[in-house]
Amino acid sequence: MGKIASSRTKKSNGLMDWFNQRLPVTQFYKDHLSEYYAPKNFNFWYFFGSLALLVLVNQIVTGIWLTMHYKPDAAQAFGMVEYIMRDVPWGWLIRYLHTTGASAFFVVIYLHMFRGLLYGSYKKPRELIWVFGMVLYLALMAEAFMGYVLPWGNMSYWGAKVITQLFSAVPYFGDSLVEWVRGDYLISDATLNRFFALHVIALPLVIVILVVLHIAALHTVGSNNPEGVDIKKHKDENGVPLDGIPFHPYYTVKDIFGVAMFLFIFLFIVFVKPDMGGLFLEHDNFVPANPSSTPDHIKPVWYFTPFYAMLRAVPDMQMGALVMALAIVVLFFLPWLDRSPVKSIRYRRWPYKIMLSLFAITFVILGWLGMQSGSELQKMVTQILTGFYFFYFIWLFFYSRNETYHEVPERIEK
Amino acid sequence: MMKKSLLFLLCMTIPMVASAAGGAYITEPANTNIKSKSSLQKGAKTYMNYCLACHTMAFQRYNRVAADLGLTEDEMMQSLVLTDAKFADKMTNNMTIEQGTKWFGAAPPDLSVNAKARGVDWLYNYLINFYVDPTRPSGWNNLTFPNASMPHVLWELQGIREAKFETHTDDAGDDHREFVGFETIEEGLMSEAEYKDLVRDLVNFMDYSAEPAQLIRMAYAPWVLLFMAFFTFIAYLLKVNYFKDIH
Repeated sequence: MGKIASSRTKKSNGLMDWFNQRLPVTQFYKDHLSEYYAPKNFNFWYFFGSLALLVLVNQIVTGIWLTMHYKPDAAQAFGMVEYIMRDVPWGWLIRYLHTTGASAFFVVIYLHMFRGLLYGSYKKPRELIWVFGMVLYLALMAEAFMGYVLPWGNMSYWGAKVITQLFSAVPYFGDSLVEWVRGDYLISDATLNRFFALHVIALPLVIVILVVLHIAALHTVGSNNPEGVDIKKHKDENGVPLDGIPFHPYYTVKDIFGVAMFLFIFLFIVFVKPDMGGLFLEHDNFVPANPSSTPDHIKPVWYFTPFYAMLRAVPDMQMGALVMALAIVVLFFLPWLDRSPVKSIRYRRWPYKIMLSLFAITFVILGWLGMQSGSELQKMVTQILTGFYFFYFIWLFFYSRNETYHEVPERIEK
Repeated sequence: MMKKSLLFLLCMTIPMVASAAGGAYITEPANTNIKSKSSLQKGAKTYMNYCLACHTMAFQRYNRVAADLGLTEDEMMQSLVLTDAKFADKMTNNMTIEQGTKWFGAAPPDLSVNAKARGVDWLYNYLINFYVDPTRPSGWNNLTFPNASMPHVLWELQGIREAKFETHTDDAGDDHREFVGFETIEEGLMSEAEYKDLVRDLVNFMDYSAEPAQLIRMAYAPWVLLFMAFFTFIAYLLKVNYFKDIH
């Protein structure tokens, strides 16, 4: 009897042990939080990764609640949104958190990507993180586009028509492809139903899996930093990087501050200006979908407009679709187009600084041009800027080969 | 670095805020005040009397209007519900789409969220810019929305006006018809200022009806932002405290 009791006391070292013997919870916590060493010099730009995760959670949670009250039926969808806005308790808040979240997602992701360009975060050994990130970006674009169709406003309808029509640019079986995507000869109830299915389950699953891969790949090689130096080169006797600090508590606490700043702006928009003067919620989408009434000016929401501008810049639709697709595809290859061994912009010389600035400005101006109705002058400017967008990558490929740069320090000094 | 980053953020938002206005004839801002209950009540009254017979507000409910505009059920039912509707009913009418199409050429649209689609300035200018035009089926035309199929329902109040146009030929030889002014044919029951106030209140009511929740939303806004500002401050102090030993 006594023997059994003693062997029991020996084993019972608490609940955590019980778990750890079955699933290494503590080890996981250490690997990814308390003993994941991140460079100590993260700045403002490093908020956007955790903010993207926050917005993703917001979209999933508010999305679940919206789904409880919405019906993907072409005859009812427009009214369902108004039902949520008026008759569902707090429905207006849930919906505005979701619509503002969609735009906030792209704001955060564009800044997150630009951080990668600034500090060369896509370079060896982080190429795979960048590629996963790009696939995420593509999935996010598909997710946003299909979500935009669900309120079944007139811009939902015509936007869906224009975007699905792009598949007809595919040679030989383009037209069949369009029909297959739509599930009908036109944008219809069938289209709305499948977009709903893709929006609420298929793409969110893909996005969540990709986020796991994106972070797993990051934690395998470790985070880059504004100096672009490798903190793993200099470790103490315990193998801890000298310039690293544990992610928790340091960056969890810092990210709470980032989240607070972000939420201040985000909630300001949700409560004060949820349509952002027609940018986040477009005027034409407050008119129910009407196949016989084309809006004066069909345009996507702001986050697609840089690519939409490129599409329109090319007179031929098929070529335009190709240019637009290439504009995104070329980003996948960035880790191999930039051949400079130096990561951070801080140690690269003025030609790179100027070209990257011009590239960023070009992207923003293209976004603005994509929203305009398109005068001849605007069209010409769009063509020039589209040319520059691609020229940047070609220039980078050749320039970075023999680039001269400032000496990169061994460690992070501050 | 922080400053540069913020500057960059600011630059990014400028083209986003500068959204372009359309080419419609809009000369005066509506200057509505969503917080004025009396304006909303007057607007609701005008809507029920002049608009609802043709234009439903199928997503708006009478009891919601009463609650938001500070009216009791009795007040609402007696002075504002002019059909045989019940208090909790939606604001509909008996005109079918087929009838509307037959009578007006295009069925009068539902106006629940019309203020979101058109904007208050457009609606305001549309309603003050009707003029007589015998060439149109309805006998009326409009500067803001040329060749609209809607007749001037408020003509008794505003009066009857003709629009004067001058035709100019530009250097390229193209003719341009330019509006030069209105000429009153018959005085209305209201002065110009009274009429504009009536339209302003009506548009205000339409703006409210397009999103009744905006009244709650804007009432919460200062408190939410005050809390976030306080929370941001605390989070900042916490961050500084944690990082004081990191060099």
